[in-house]
Amino acid sequence: MKIVVALKQVPSRDSSLRVPAGGTWIDESDVTYEINEPDAYALEAALQLKELHGGEVIVVCAGPDGAASSIREALAKGADRAIHIQEDKLHQADTLGLATVLAAAIRAESPDLVLTGLQSDDIGSGQTGVVVAELMGLPSATIIMAVEVKDGSIRVKRELEDGWFQHVTLPLPAVLTIQSGINKLRYATLMGIKKAKTKELRKVSAADLGGVPTAQLRCEKVYLPGRAKQTQILEGDARTAAAALADKLKFEVRVI
Amino acid sequence: MSVLVVLEQSGGNFHRMGWEAIVAAKELDLPVYAATIGAAGAAASKAVDKVYSIQHADLSAYSADGYTAALEQLIRSINPEYVVFPHTYQVRDYAPKLATRFGCVLVSDAVKLSRTVAARQLFQGKLNADFALPSSGPRFISVQAGAYRGDALGGGSPEVVAFTPELAGGAIRVKAEEPFRESSRAVDLTAAEIIVSVGRGIKEKENIVLVEELAAALGGELAASRPICDNGWLPMERQVGSSGQTVAPKVYIAIGISGAIQHQVGMKGSKTIVAINKDPDAPIFEVADYGIVGDLFEVVPALTEAVKKLKG
Repeated sequence: MKIVVALKQVPSRDSSLRVPAGGTWIDESDVTYEINEPDAYALEAALQLKELHGGEVIVVCAGPDGAASSIREALAKGADRAIHIQEDKLHQADTLGLATVLAAAIRAESPDLVLTGLQSDDIGSGQTGVVVAELMGLPSATIIMAVEVKDGSIRVKRELEDGWFQHVTLPLPAVLTIQSGINKLRYATLMGIKKAKTKELRKVSAADLGGVPTAQLRCEKVYLPGRAKQTQILEGDARTAAAALADKLKFEVRVI
Repeated sequence: MSVLVVLEQSGGNFHRMGWEAIVAAKELDLPVYAATIGAAGAAASKAVDKVYSIQHADLSAYSADGYTAALEQLIRSINPEYVVFPHTYQVRDYAPKLATRFGCVLVSDAVKLSRTVAARQLFQGKLNADFALPSSGPRFISVQAGAYRGDALGGGSPEVVAFTPELAGGAIRVKAEEPFRESSRAVDLTAAEIIVSVGRGIKEKENIVLVEELAAALGGELAASRPICDNGWLPMERQVGSSGQTVAPKVYIAIGISGAIQHQVGMKGSKTIVAINKDPDAPIFEVADYGIVGDLFEVVPALTEAVKKLKG
């Protein structure tokens, strides 16, 4: 089974985010990066499917030079090879633009299955997998919790709202977007890290794949969200703040 | 010029977020048409200008392929300037496909919209961004849960128009089985007056006892954000958020929870919200009434002590 995993490199969850005045994106100068968390689960799902059914796992990642560190990490965890679509101004592309170059790269591989995370932790449009599927003319299913391969098709468990689930069966090839937390992520072993250095990491430019279409959605500004409520911050050391909060709970909220 | 709002229903039960999407659509100050897949049902008594009831035997169960094909045909026949959806799990499954079919981009999970601009969140709610909408329609937008108030929607008696799409045999590639629930929901968090909820900040399973002790001191229920339940540290039935329970207690104490939108959807209706988090920029503080910025490993035991003292 040939599986493509589309993954994205995003600022780490605990990065402090600063927006330059009048900015349309964050100041990236002292941000650290990691594999987008849902994509890490998609990679793990792909590696587990390969262990069960054999085949090949190919990572496709669009991003600047720095994204290579996340691609190497995926190779170290067990992906067989990778395609790095070099694109510096990825945040200026919209979902259709990004999906267009990803689809071009993936189409050339003719995979049986394409996996990606259900959304990115940075832009979070939650659409890339579905748009890639539509551009490739493939069926898709989203927010997937479990994948079972049955000759020529896959049966997957979709998460619905309010604790409901549903099984659906799709013919292959197909595209799935994977929910976070569905499996246990493996760590790269020392051997894996060593082996990763010898694995194929092919770099292509977005232009080689036909280019990123001009964004239809233009970001005008990025800003701190307004507060829905006026928060009373209780100051002082832990003891003082906790005592002040307990007082509020007793005399204002009246739950003690 | 019109706005088409695509409602969601299952067996005649309409998703409340559909009403919120209509209220959002009214911001655009254009005639508002609603589309339902199946009978018009409750939509026929809402303050909209027209209801399109899409009828086809192959649409009795949801499928991305079926819904996309049917809605594509409806949109091409009435040419709305805007197509507005509630940002539900189902919409996430098919609306990006539908927009792509028009060569368009869906603005997903929008928190505010006007004719020219839609605002949406970035970085799990840490930042907002304004996006200029394309100069020509159809423009596709899905609206975040709770961004507009569904109860602001009045009643009406719109004309109901039946629309029958043509669906080719084999058009629906995905075969769906009946939805099911896993846990029996032994814990009903919706009835709790006090909820003490724990998130990623707790770091280890062994540390959850700190939060348990606080919940016990307050006489409240213990709850959690998704990652805690995914890790198996607490059972799924204690999860609050879009994939868990939606709660509105007298007080909700969020400990080490950053407050991503998927969590906020499940708790922002709480009467009082308390946040304890080391990150002053965590989105949870946007909805909190009281906050402590600090190390939960110091604050929580101190709070448990203080509560016990007040209770005498």
